[in-house]
Amino acid sequence: MPTVAKGDAMRGLAVFISDIRNCKSKEAEQKRINKELANIRSKFKGDKTLDGYSKKKYVCKLLFIFLLGHDIDFGHMEAVNLLSSNKYTEKQIGYLFISVLVNTESELIRLIIQAIKNDLFTRNPVHICLALQCIANIGSKEMAEALAPEIPKLIVSGETLDAVKQSACLCLLRLFRTSPETVPSGEWTQRVGHLLNDQHLGVVTSATSLIHTLAQKTPEDFRQCVQLAISRLSRIVTSSYTDLQDYTYYFVPAPWLSVKLLRLLQVYPPPEDPAMRGRLNECLETILNKAQEPPKSKKVQHSNAKNAVLFEAINLIIHHDTEPTLLVRACNQLGQFLQHRETNLRYLALESMCLLASSEFSHEAVKKHMDTVITALKTERDVSVRQRAVDLLYGMCDKSNAEEIVAEMLSYLETADYSIREEMVLKVAILAEKYPVDYTWYVDTILNLIRIAGDYVSDEVWYRVIQIVINRDDVQGYAAKVVFEALQAPACHENMVKVGGYILGEFGNLIAGDQRSSPMVQFQLLHSKYHLCSAPTRGLLLSTYIKFINLFPEIKGQLQDVLRNNNNLQNADAELQQRAIEYLQLSTVASQDVLATVLEEMPPFPERESSILAKLKKKKPNVSDIEVKEGKKSSNPPTLNNSAANTPEATPASAPVPVMAAAPAPAPVQSASDDLLGLSAGPAAAVPVTNNFAAPAAPAGGGGLLVDVFDTPPAQNNVSTALAPQAEDNFFNMAGETAPSGDASATELDGRFAIKNNGVLFENELLQIGVKAEYKGNLGRLGLFYGNKTSYPFQFFTPTVSCPGELASALNVQTKPLDVNTVEGGAQVQQIINVECIADFLDAPILSIKFSYSGSMQQINLMLPVMLNKFFEPVEMDATTFFNRWKQLNSPGQEEQKIFKATYPINQDNSRTKLLGFGFGLLDGVDPNPDNFVGAGIIKAQSSQVGCLLRLEPNMQAQMYRLTLRTSSNSVTTRLADLLLKLF
Amino acid sequence: MIKAIVVFNNHGKPRLIKFFQHYNEDMQQQIVRETFHLVSKRDENVCNFLEGGRWASGKNSDPENLIGGSDYKIIYRHYATLYFVFCVDSSESELGILDLIQVFVETLDKAFENVCELDLIFHVDKVHYILQELVMGGMVLETNMTEIVTRIEEQSKLEKSEAGLAGAPARVVSAAKNLDLPKLPSNIQLPNLPSFR
Repeated sequence: MPTVAKGDAMRGLAVFISDIRNCKSKEAEQKRINKELANIRSKFKGDKTLDGYSKKKYVCKLLFIFLLGHDIDFGHMEAVNLLSSNKYTEKQIGYLFISVLVNTESELIRLIIQAIKNDLFTRNPVHICLALQCIANIGSKEMAEALAPEIPKLIVSGETLDAVKQSACLCLLRLFRTSPETVPSGEWTQRVGHLLNDQHLGVVTSATSLIHTLAQKTPEDFRQCVQLAISRLSRIVTSSYTDLQDYTYYFVPAPWLSVKLLRLLQVYPPPEDPAMRGRLNECLETILNKAQEPPKSKKVQHSNAKNAVLFEAINLIIHHDTEPTLLVRACNQLGQFLQHRETNLRYLALESMCLLASSEFSHEAVKKHMDTVITALKTERDVSVRQRAVDLLYGMCDKSNAEEIVAEMLSYLETADYSIREEMVLKVAILAEKYPVDYTWYVDTILNLIRIAGDYVSDEVWYRVIQIVINRDDVQGYAAKVVFEALQAPACHENMVKVGGYILGEFGNLIAGDQRSSPMVQFQLLHSKYHLCSAPTRGLLLSTYIKFINLFPEIKGQLQDVLRNNNNLQNADAELQQRAIEYLQLSTVASQDVLATVLEEMPPFPERESSILAKLKKKKPNVSDIEVKEGKKSSNPPTLNNSAANTPEATPASAPVPVMAAAPAPAPVQSASDDLLGLSAGPAAAVPVTNNFAAPAAPAGGGGLLVDVFDTPPAQNNVSTALAPQAEDNFFNMAGETAPSGDASATELDGRFAIKNNGVLFENELLQIGVKAEYKGNLGRLGLFYGNKTSYPFQFFTPTVSCPGELASALNVQTKPLDVNTVEGGAQVQQIINVECIADFLDAPILSIKFSYSGSMQQINLMLPVMLNKFFEPVEMDATTFFNRWKQLNSPGQEEQKIFKATYPINQDNSRTKLLGFGFGLLDGVDPNPDNFVGAGIIKAQSSQVGCLLRLEPNMQAQMYRLTLRTSSNSVTTRLADLLLKLF
Repeated sequence: MIKAIVVFNNHGKPRLIKFFQHYNEDMQQQIVRETFHLVSKRDENVCNFLEGGRWASGKNSDPENLIGGSDYKIIYRHYATLYFVFCVDSSESELGILDLIQVFVETLDKAFENVCELDLIFHVDKVHYILQELVMGGMVLETNMTEIVTRIEEQSKLEKSEAGLAGAPARVVSAAKNLDLPKLPSNIQLPNLPSFR
């Protein structure tokens, strides 16, 4: 018997729908609908005692009309009235209407909430379920406030039916998503965890969804669930498909629940308990093994369900990233899928492999599949899949395969879907820059990029190629030659004209010796494009011409003619007009010497994060993961350079420089329309362009040029604004010194790295060292990235780490030796250092680096940013606990109090960020004065754990702080106080 | 989380719209139109996933307003004349959702005996009720088909018993039935569940 007997359907509804379907035109349909709406309206208004059947029929008609795309502006009140009916059918239809047609802002929501409340408190499970469903469907803030406290009771009560529990879990989850603060945590959270052991698999599935979301917010509250989830999972994967009966889906036992459990486990790190870990790994292995078994059914549903579990298991393996054998097995499994008949599997395999590529254990294994992926890129018929292939190629790219991958991507670009071109262009540009075979290859690649997909080349891309050409004198001549050739193409993209114009303006002289590219030819070539270009490009070309006047005095006359042309002098575009007038004036008034100084070649751009990367990150936030792993040269965190450039109160150390640097030479940014070359202030003001400032000063002062293309998260800025600049300067000074100058350098380190884990540790003209650190408990891991900034190799490159004096017994440092001892030009190598804190310590370990650069030995000594507070974990406690502990720590030596003058301007937010960064858990509301900070934390050394309490009282008027620290160890108190002192 | 479930036919006529996140009517219509536009031009044997970020930004409309943003995926399946489209965020397993669509369709098939597009048209309410047993507030509620079908059957029974009474002279009976009602729910027997080892 069909469950829904078609016989008892509503006749009036059927007639109405048939009428609509028979309508020949939109107008006829509209007419019929209006007629029906009028009918329903009068029925609702007139007859107060409509029976349930009619109400149901009319509401169904309204639903249908709504589905056709018409607004329904009445009936809401009637629907709300239906909620309080005692008949199930009427209640049901009322709820249906409301969940489809009532929006969260409706003013009826109060009435609805009252009706829902009534239903929740009945003892009738079907009514409770209807109410829960309605809450979950609407899930508005008001509902959350009114109803959230009621739901947990339903979940944990022993009397609740399974079906209701199931709904209640999801309902609570929905409300938690809407407004987490309304869901009270409490004793029930513990008991929700135990639902993972429930008999009813439906309940377990819902509970897992709920726990997953709650655990993302407060992992600690649900830690016990890890064990429960593992044992549940293990019971499922080891069961045969007959065991779970109805929860077996096409021979796969409980696939949804397995997926949910695996997702839940991804919230946590791998379990530390070896037994649990073993059990989990067994599960994962079983899942991987099952993939190899012959399928139990030919149906696609069977393989879908099986693979859903498999992919989730692989995601968990990747998330843990600790089991090399599993990772490699996962990779091989995905490799099989890459060639699978089923498109969905190929798609998912590419997606997961992208994640695998970023694990150091499986990166090599992923690379083996390069050819397959390239074939996929060429032959897949589905753009979704091709997109994944592009992502994966990007992810697996490294120095060894960059040339091939970039070539393939370029050739694919010619036929690529429009929707993914821009992203591909960015990716190609980044890869070419990150893993350059040599710089001529880089220039070729980018120019190809412009040629093939000029429309999709964003400004960042061509800015970047110019930056690089200007910074590397070995490629300038070549670049000039190839842009000159590229410009000879009959139709060339405007972006090509921009790059060509800029580069010839700077380095046209390098190819002027050749008759075929004599100054006159260069000029005519560029000028032939002039009239086809947009105004900004013309502006750029005008700058090129004035630069030509300096480079090639012999064609000055022709150039001046162009500037003098009415087309330019009286151009409607104010920018062009201004340029033409000023340049013309400059070329006539200024002497050759002045001209030569003003129009000097551009100084090198400061090294900083590639602006293209920043753009790609904005587009796809997840790419940053890939960047971190390789730690290539552009990965120095943007904060440093940015904040240096953005800080208005430049530090005294860099003060002499920036004034000049701020009058920019013609930067590629065309927006500098207000003051070109500073000429409006007269030629004399425009003098200092290059020679005056040495390269090292550039990062501190060279702001304003391209900085605006970066995007810094404001929170980071807060911290580093005050701290970064002078740190950077001081590091330069240390280059080449044979020994660390003791305290001075250590001080700088503390200031910046005490509160952050990543950054540029050191930089000079040759070498850049970036650091990225992670700490957990008493263990820490530092990744050091040594980047060779020159184009020549560093030989015998040997970094060593030492712990002088008593540090050796307090800190255990293990250094992985580098596997190469030569760092190629432009390359970067990575070194991992593991540290373990045994006892408290004061000094930082010393990193000394020796290498030979073009024959001469270089030595650099640095302090590693490993301080005591890195092993610090925040603690939360309430006021009473805090004061009790505070009072307990009153013996002499346990307290340290310092009163000192603020080094940096006092700012609540900054102080907060600093203390949090330092590792304290801040306790709000403990101190009656809201300006004061109270915090707590624990130092996790191997030998002992030391609890620390802090109170910091700023005094705005006096610009002073009073810092009080109490800890259970005398030496820790002193050391932490010393570290903290330098932060404020 | 599932953000939206849309069913439309080969011509783009919507047959079921269920949003788990509020959008106004115009926006809902627009989303349905654009989704149809994207899904319908895809071949039969390409993959069943489309990324939100791309399809939304490819259009001239603001991706933020649509169920767009790069975190979202469209997962769809095509059955005869109907497309079943789920829009989900990254917390859902793609294949899992694909299976869920299958469960939905199989359940409809059981409930309507060889379901076809017309069933969806003439029984909008039923389709919603079935969906409610499967998905709640954007999360998977139940995947066991037997259990879902049992629950739907319970509902129809209840409905029939009420309808049977309503067939008699309406007012008198409804008064009488109101007296009965408190007992009614106790008739609902949720199925005995297989014990779990």
